[in-house]
Amino acid sequence: MYRIAKRQDLNPTVIRLSIEAPMVARKALAGQFIILRVDEDGERIPLTIAGYDREKGTVDIIYQVVGATTEKLKQKHEGDYLQDFVGPLGKPSELEGLKKVCVVGGGVGNAIAYPIVKALHEQGTEVTTVVGFKTKDLVILEDEFRAASSRLLLVTDDGSYGEKGLVTEPLKRLLESGEKFDEVITIGPIIMMKFVTKTVEPFGIPCIVSMSPIMVDGTGMCGGCRLTVDGQTKFACVDGPDFDGYKVDFDEAIDRGSMYKDFELRKREETCNLFKAEVK
Amino acid sequence: MPNMSLKKNPMPSQDPVERAKNFNEVALGYTKEMAMDEAQRCLNCKNRPCVGGCPVQIQIPDFIKKVSEGDFEAAYQIISKDSSLPAVCGRVCPQETQCEKFCVRGIKGEPVGIGRLERFVADWHNENVKEAPVKPESNGHKVAVIGSGPSGLTCAGDLAKRGYDVTVFEALHTAGGVLVYGIPEFRLPKAIVKKEVEGLKELGVKIETNTIIGKTVSIDELMSPEFGFEAVFIGSGAGLPSFMHIPGENLKGVYSANEFLTRINLMKAYREGADTPIKHSKAVAVVGGGNVAMDAARSAKRLGAEHVYIVYRRSEAELPARKEEVEHAKEEGIEFKLLNNPVEILGGEDRFVNGIKCVRMELGEPDASGRRRPHAVEGSEFVLDVDCVIIAIGTTPNPLIKSTTEGLDTNAKGCIIADESTGKTSKDMVYAGGDAVTGAATVILAMGAGKAAAAAIDEALK
Repeated sequence: MYRIAKRQDLNPTVIRLSIEAPMVARKALAGQFIILRVDEDGERIPLTIAGYDREKGTVDIIYQVVGATTEKLKQKHEGDYLQDFVGPLGKPSELEGLKKVCVVGGGVGNAIAYPIVKALHEQGTEVTTVVGFKTKDLVILEDEFRAASSRLLLVTDDGSYGEKGLVTEPLKRLLESGEKFDEVITIGPIIMMKFVTKTVEPFGIPCIVSMSPIMVDGTGMCGGCRLTVDGQTKFACVDGPDFDGYKVDFDEAIDRGSMYKDFELRKREETCNLFKAEVK
Repeated sequence: MPNMSLKKNPMPSQDPVERAKNFNEVALGYTKEMAMDEAQRCLNCKNRPCVGGCPVQIQIPDFIKKVSEGDFEAAYQIISKDSSLPAVCGRVCPQETQCEKFCVRGIKGEPVGIGRLERFVADWHNENVKEAPVKPESNGHKVAVIGSGPSGLTCAGDLAKRGYDVTVFEALHTAGGVLVYGIPEFRLPKAIVKKEVEGLKELGVKIETNTIIGKTVSIDELMSPEFGFEAVFIGSGAGLPSFMHIPGENLKGVYSANEFLTRINLMKAYREGADTPIKHSKAVAVVGGGNVAMDAARSAKRLGAEHVYIVYRRSEAELPARKEEVEHAKEEGIEFKLLNNPVEILGGEDRFVNGIKCVRMELGEPDASGRRRPHAVEGSEFVLDVDCVIIAIGTTPNPLIKSTTEGLDTNAKGCIIADESTGKTSKDMVYAGGDAVTGAATVILAMGAGKAAAAAIDEALK
């Protein structure tokens, strides 16, 4: 069992947890993920490591309530325990030697973008960060991003905070104005990463994407997380989660991500009803 | 006077129509009377050919004699001298290619039901004998075992009995390895595996789940003063699924058998209200002809599929699955599409599978494996209408340990190179056995390797 040392609600549906998992904390690096189960019969869900404290032995995760399991996770508070917590999984992001980087995050993907921005900042890289959210209420980690970036560009879909529009717009402006980056790293919804890649491509800058497909074990055993990268099948859990954005078949990844859509919708509804009934 | 019936006592089983709708165990096991009657069929021959067919040399005629006398506990004690998982092996061993293959009674008629008797004895013991756990005196030596499948559990048990301080590291959240994630409940009830694991704990073995060696901690770290393990046994299995690399393999509704079975067995996705999803299909094609293919096909049937096909490129004679599994599958209505090879998986606009295109095959000359090599019949392509495809064409060892352990040699197939009789690898005080060394094989071979390595580790440390 793994104790929740701290809980912080970042917005109504995005929550940060610090979990006591010293064996994971001693090895965790930016870009890697963990798999957790909330309870005995729970499903295994992968979540990216949002931070870690090796001394305290804690690992941070940030999740958005999107389905039944995250709904159950939302009911867990400081001092409660998670059934299982395993990691660190996947390859860490390759950040060494980068001098000037643009990190582009979208939605809850920003939770994953943050440890990368932080790691880059700590190694002395000049980081421009572009973050996008649906609306003002959903903005997370703004202060953290600002502290770790040499420049922060924030957009919202509805213009309720920061610039109105999509992340690709300020990104394109930057690139067109002649900004030279060693690399663009993008993390967020697949469709966003696809368009970020398309935006960057004409400028000949490497573009790294972070993929988070459906998976079960996270060690290469199930093959459920397979993607087509450069015409070859890759497993996101062991070959990734970071890949060269120009080589990823995004459309296939979007398809595969919708495999259990109906189940997930139904299950979330059931879970919500269950909690409502308990409250009554 | 021996029982001269040419046939084995039949195994009481759940009715095929009924059982194809549930996940309860298919074979129900012999009664005392059946077991004693079956045991009477053993001639107790002098040269004991059956023992030579057993990978761990269980003294088969001796235990069967005890069964015929009704002394089941004595029979159990004889088996457990050589096997640490009799309740498991009695259920999943391919007896027809091992002990029973050499049984003299098999020359004219059916061989003695050795597997069924082994199962009976183990189950009888588990039900009737409550052993007070005898925790052996510690010898102060620490050994790490990686993986809690058949080889790891066996190695850990043997070392613990010799007084070693053993910790088993398991990547998943439940111990048991392939016995838990791979083999379905209807063939091997998980309660049996759990009992084996509990037994080890009573011996003092520590089980650390959620620990991935090569990620959470490396072998070199385990052997450093920080952790202080003096020897390591790698029993990490062959967990990486192979795919066919044909078009359409990444469509929705295409599973590796590993994923399909893990969702069902480990994650209990078959249960009403389970948190883990699984696709309930109308028609399923399972590609492959081994035990895993049979397990996947029979599981798909139990999830409610109207048609489940086994698509296999060779003929019935070459099916690598246990004979009993093939028989059970047929009884349950699994349709065998033999001498067919998939060439493409077809999908609709929604990118879900809607068919599998196969080509008919003919058998030619024997290949390196001694089996006749199949080749495609030109122009014989046809489409099977299915909405789910499960690829069960084999697995290879996971490269995670190899890639994070300096000085550990593997062969071209990614299998760890280890001495056959001791499990010794190229790295000092690191031993390996089971599927991680042999590639996908059987529970009993893995168990044998775990035993051998335990003896070698003991020899090296004592």
